[in-house]
Amino acid sequence: MAETILSISHLTKRFDDQTILEDLSLEVREGEVVVIVGSSGCGKSTLLRCINALEDIQGGEIRLRGELIRYGSKNLPEMRRKVGMVFQNYELFPHLTVLENILLAPVKAQKRSREEVREEALTLLDRVGLKEKAGSYPRQLSGGQKQRVAIVRALCMHPEILLFDEVTAALDPEMVREVLDVIVSLADQGKTMLIVTHEMSFARAVADRIILLEDRNILEESDPETFFTAPKTEQAKKFLQSFEFNRKNKAEA
Amino acid sequence: MPDLGLEVLWRGKNFVRLLGGLWVALRISLIAAGISVVAGILLGIAASRKRSVSSVILRIWLGIIHIMPQMVLLFLMYFGTTRAFGWNLSGETAAIIVFSLWGAAEMGDLVRGAVSSIPVIQRESAEALGLKPFQVYRWIILPQAVRRLLPLSINLITRMIKTTSLVTLIGVVEILKVAQQIIEANRKASPNAAFGVFLTIFVMYYLACRPLSLAAKKLEKHWR
Ligand SMILES: Nc1ncnc2c1ncn2[C@@H]1O[C@H](COP(=O)(O)OP(=O)(O)O)[C@@H](O)[C@H]1O
Ligand SMILES: [Mg+2]
Repeated sequence: MAETILSISHLTKRFDDQTILEDLSLEVREGEVVVIVGSSGCGKSTLLRCINALEDIQGGEIRLRGELIRYGSKNLPEMRRKVGMVFQNYELFPHLTVLENILLAPVKAQKRSREEVREEALTLLDRVGLKEKAGSYPRQLSGGQKQRVAIVRALCMHPEILLFDEVTAALDPEMVREVLDVIVSLADQGKTMLIVTHEMSFARAVADRIILLEDRNILEESDPETFFTAPKTEQAKKFLQSFEFNRKNKAEA
Repeated sequence: MPDLGLEVLWRGKNFVRLLGGLWVALRISLIAAGISVVAGILLGIAASRKRSVSSVILRIWLGIIHIMPQMVLLFLMYFGTTRAFGWNLSGETAAIIVFSLWGAAEMGDLVRGAVSSIPVIQRESAEALGLKPFQVYRWIILPQAVRRLLPLSINLITRMIKTTSLVTLIGVVEILKVAQQIIEANRKASPNAAFGVFLTIFVMYYLACRPLSLAAKKLEKHWR
């Protein structure tokens, strides 16, 4: 069995007196694609934000290849370089071109040679069909293009694991596909990923394992076939039903 | 053609004296602007942290400066403090101090506004890439803040240049004072000198300030 990359144990997260996550444990192995689903507001984004310590945690610990990721610790920037994060609203830097957006952290934070990273960035941009946009500014791109740039920006850091937080939720429907196709191809390349999404057919196709987050913890965890065809809990059934539409008085065919 | 009283400018060194007066005005505002920009950036960054002591100080300071006529500050500094504390201030130094106090407060507020207008998630996105806090400021926050700031600070400098016309009241021989001296001295020979001289000043102020406001507009457009 592949080595464990990310290990979350007994994580508790509170905002003031509101407990969002309680005693949550989760392991992700190398090359594994784990999809997290759950109703809005159940704490999916918070979980991802805890993983690269954008949030302080109130209990438990998070380790990346055995090394502690801790809010406020001195080596945090170093640890964060190993975790790639893609946000719902891209969060590209508006004052930098596409290429500068991608090069900034590898060059400034990882101290890699500009030439080498540039080469790699252009190859990756080409692969997502955006090579000719290297010199454009984010405002000149469509949402789908921005999100693909954001993915390339994360990839260029050579992270151990990639976190995706509803990366197609802000996109117009016709752009969702181009972004999800990129993520599927990353899965095929064997990248380790933790993906939060509301796109169920994508989840089913890309996931090695599906996790339903509900009520502060992991409620159900199974392979995608089981999850979608034979959910174990009532809540999982309810959750899946929320993606279906039924007309009561339509004649059966 | 009416007598515009322009010929007085070519008498003696009058035109050069006017230029000298303009230079005094510009010198005061540029030195004060320089001090204001440096002090304002430090003050503004410190004040951009909510509920910090510096943000409270800045707010009080700004509140006072905003409602106070500049003339009162100039008189207080030049006539008031020299008496009360017995030190010696030239009019020009007093003017620079007052303009700097004013500029630093306004600049500080502009910087604070610009820095806190950058969404938190921009900072988080940079942190998530593993940039150190200083690098996040240097490469992400400040460049975006400066873009919002520059047009506004050029506007402030323009206002400073305009306001130097007040310093004649504390005995600084700047352009308006020179103008009065010239008009006074030529009252017999050129009774219409007032028009010519002030028209010249009008043009000089325009030429000094217009490039600044043009630059501000251009940058605003360029950066959107
Ligand atoms: N900074 C915060 N301060 C207080 N409460 C927050 C904060 N961020 C998120 N929450 C709360 O935590 C809960 C989980 O939010 P989130 O993780 O964004 O949910 P999801 O991504 O699953 O929709 C929500 O109830 C939300 O209101
Ligand atoms: Mg969310």
